[in-house]
Amino acid sequence: MRLLGKEEIENIAIGAALLGTGGGGDPYIGKLMALQAIEEHGPIQLLDPEEVPDDALIVPSAMMGAPTVMIEKIPNGEEAIEAFKSLEEYLGKDIYATMPIEAGGVNSLLPLALAANLGLPVVDADGMGRAFPELQMVTFYLDGVSATPMVLSDEKKNSLLLNTIDSVWAERIARTATIEMGGSVMLAIYPMDGATVKKSAIKNILTLEEKIGSEIRAAMKNNENPIDGVLALTNGRVLFQGKITDIDRKTQDGFAKGTASIEGLNDCRSESCTLFFQNEHLLAEVDGRAVCMTPDLISVIDSDTGMPITTEGLRYGSRCTVIGMPCDAKWRTPKGIEVTGPRYFGYDIDFQPLEELQLTKEEI
Amino acid sequence: MASYRIGIDVGGTHTDAVLLDENYKVLAEKKSTTTEDVSSGIYQAMKQVVLASGVPVEEIHHAMLGTTHCTNAIVERKRLNKVAAIRIGAPAAMAIKPLVGVPDDLRNILGKHLYIVRGGNEFDGREIVPLDEERIREIAEELEGQVDSVAITSVFSPVSNEHETRAAAIVNEVLGDDVALSLSSEIGNVGLLERENATILNAAIVDVARSTAEGFTKALEQEGIHADVFFGQNDGTLMSVEYTVKYPILTIACGPTNSLRGAAYLTEHPDALVVDVGGTTTDVGVLVASFPRQSSLAVEIGGVRTNFRMPDISSIGLGGGTVVTLHEDGSFQIGPESVGYRLAEKGLVFGGDTLTATDVAVALGIAQLGDPALVSHLDEAVLKNVYTKMVEMVEETIDRMKTSADEVPVILVGGGSILFPAELKGASQVIKPVNSGVANAIGSAISQVSGQIEKIFKTDELGREKKLELAKQLAFDEAITAGADPDDLVIVDLEEVPLSYLPGNASKIRVKAAGGLLSDRKIAETNIL
Repeated sequence: MRLLGKEEIENIAIGAALLGTGGGGDPYIGKLMALQAIEEHGPIQLLDPEEVPDDALIVPSAMMGAPTVMIEKIPNGEEAIEAFKSLEEYLGKDIYATMPIEAGGVNSLLPLALAANLGLPVVDADGMGRAFPELQMVTFYLDGVSATPMVLSDEKKNSLLLNTIDSVWAERIARTATIEMGGSVMLAIYPMDGATVKKSAIKNILTLEEKIGSEIRAAMKNNENPIDGVLALTNGRVLFQGKITDIDRKTQDGFAKGTASIEGLNDCRSESCTLFFQNEHLLAEVDGRAVCMTPDLISVIDSDTGMPITTEGLRYGSRCTVIGMPCDAKWRTPKGIEVTGPRYFGYDIDFQPLEELQLTKEEI
Repeated sequence: MASYRIGIDVGGTHTDAVLLDENYKVLAEKKSTTTEDVSSGIYQAMKQVVLASGVPVEEIHHAMLGTTHCTNAIVERKRLNKVAAIRIGAPAAMAIKPLVGVPDDLRNILGKHLYIVRGGNEFDGREIVPLDEERIREIAEELEGQVDSVAITSVFSPVSNEHETRAAAIVNEVLGDDVALSLSSEIGNVGLLERENATILNAAIVDVARSTAEGFTKALEQEGIHADVFFGQNDGTLMSVEYTVKYPILTIACGPTNSLRGAAYLTEHPDALVVDVGGTTTDVGVLVASFPRQSSLAVEIGGVRTNFRMPDISSIGLGGGTVVTLHEDGSFQIGPESVGYRLAEKGLVFGGDTLTATDVAVALGIAQLGDPALVSHLDEAVLKNVYTKMVEMVEETIDRMKTSADEVPVILVGGGSILFPAELKGASQVIKPVNSGVANAIGSAISQVSGQIEKIFKTDELGREKKLELAKQLAFDEAITAGADPDDLVIVDLEEVPLSYLPGNASKIRVKAAGGLLSDRKIAETNIL
């Protein structure tokens, strides 16, 4: 167990945005909420997964809906607490700790604010190791853990308890309800015991986010390039360097789908890169050849500031570095690829790990 | 009768003024030093340029001012109004209080009366809850005699401003017209905290803006000039005095924009790179359809996060006054120190003791300035190396700002533009317009009137085409209300960002339309007749 204070929150916010692979929203609101909660209630206890008793009830907390809504309609702060209380009441058992469901600007930080407000510990683990858009895209799902019973709560004090036949149904019903409830709600979801967390979660993700953020902040302070440090922490590699020359977005079924074209600079001069995104970056091609694809991680870093750029923040003319990072081994199983691989998102290509794609490049 | 206009732009070092005729031809230009109070420098420049032009004062019909008064007030925390801030949005929007994240010294001044009230809207326009009118009235009564300016920010007011306008009406009923009201829906975009910060800052500078506007109008009248006065906004378009005193925050950071817009006008190149060479730095910006390309980062003003965007500018420490140090082994150092506005006393060619970038260009015969004999003793081979490096520095910055490998026209403006050659790598042509030294003041003078809207639209109900049409029409209406000629309107910016993670195909659309001042065209027609 160790404590997370304000400094750690600042670092986690940046690391989470990077592992959010362009999605997961801007960490600013979540960060301010976590900082305010720490100011009022003191630092947060962070538990290593191994420290969690096998029979303890662990409930991840997450925001569902549009980050764009949340930057305007800032939460009340009580939503997540209401969701937890309702779920505790239904299960007839006290919640021992919470944890994030994904790595991303919003959902890495909101569980921390909740933990500070309730005095609950946070488990250093999540269910994605990155950001994904749907509720069943978690490693718990791969192991057959049910998303329900789950509770959705809004700021108006509406709460909804769901029991669904599987997590895909939970996703469908919850997303429709989210719109009616105002476009942004808090969830208490995937209740599980400590033994399941140890088996199915992606471990030490908050610590990784903290290290990445600390690396980027230190580099910015010294006017250095943070990318090498980030790559060392994530086993990642540079996929491309250049500037954004075109962005084509469209909305389809609630997804901000699109492509970004990047013209090469420096070592990549005379090459061009295309990023395909649907909230998150899912596929990167250089000169028409895939170099990294989901569930491996693709992140875009602003070359001037060293900060991660979200897909919504992609702007014509930005100078950027595209990096690829291998996903957790749990995702590289047949079921993991079925749930989050390129074909699930409609790209006509079979998953190939980042390391193999890079090898082929070197062979060429 | 002829019709003339004055354009003034206040910079950190110089206050520039130009006088243009109705065809935007420059009749006179004046550069004077920016004064500490800013105003006297403006009056000085204005008087001199009128005198130099020799035009009859009664034929000067428009006066455009781009000034730093409001920025300075915020940065220096001086002359700020006593403000209250009302946020409408509870039970939402309680988790982060107003002015969180704002520097403590400013929070102490502006954060004395902060309220969060029930009300506000959802992203699709529905009410979160009805507005708590009673509470608004109570707050207004509490504020009686306490404040002279109130900022009102309602959740999703860019989608529906009903609660803001209703709250404003109640506050006005109680406190009367002497208390200024700033509504966030007039200021901006989706993003509650940033918009609220900008609205509170706006409330804090209404008096500064009023005295600036009144002072400028009075100074013009003292010269016998009865002109319509306009202020430049950060997006390169104009606001009337009436609007400026209500929403002065929109004048923040109009300087770089004016310079880019002036360059576009002087060369008739709507799409080009602009290299503005000053005394200390060279700033490179990008023109797209005659307007500056905007940066993706929101601007912090005096340490406060706002939702304003600035032109995307890349600066390097190389200008006319940049100090060049030669070492004995033939190596050298360019900058970053600069003698700045003291170039005319410090530079070698002016009889001074410091080798500057200007001296290098004069010694090599590239610029004609001062006395070349004073630099004839320098080693030409070394100077050539220095000069090559200077040019490379600019070329590299140009390359960084370009969005494709294709060559683009490059416009050189600013006092230091004489330093650079007629050919640059990456440039299809290098243009040095006449009057390029006062491009910023010209940019101020030729500014257009604009209207902007930003709203969240649901495609499912309207269809994408209709949705865009509607958005454009709303922007046109805004521009016409602001004084633009309905027959001379163009869309200058259109951005559509889908709301991710929500079905229903909702997207946020921002459209900006701009056009010439209506009165201009009417006057032009009279002239033709």
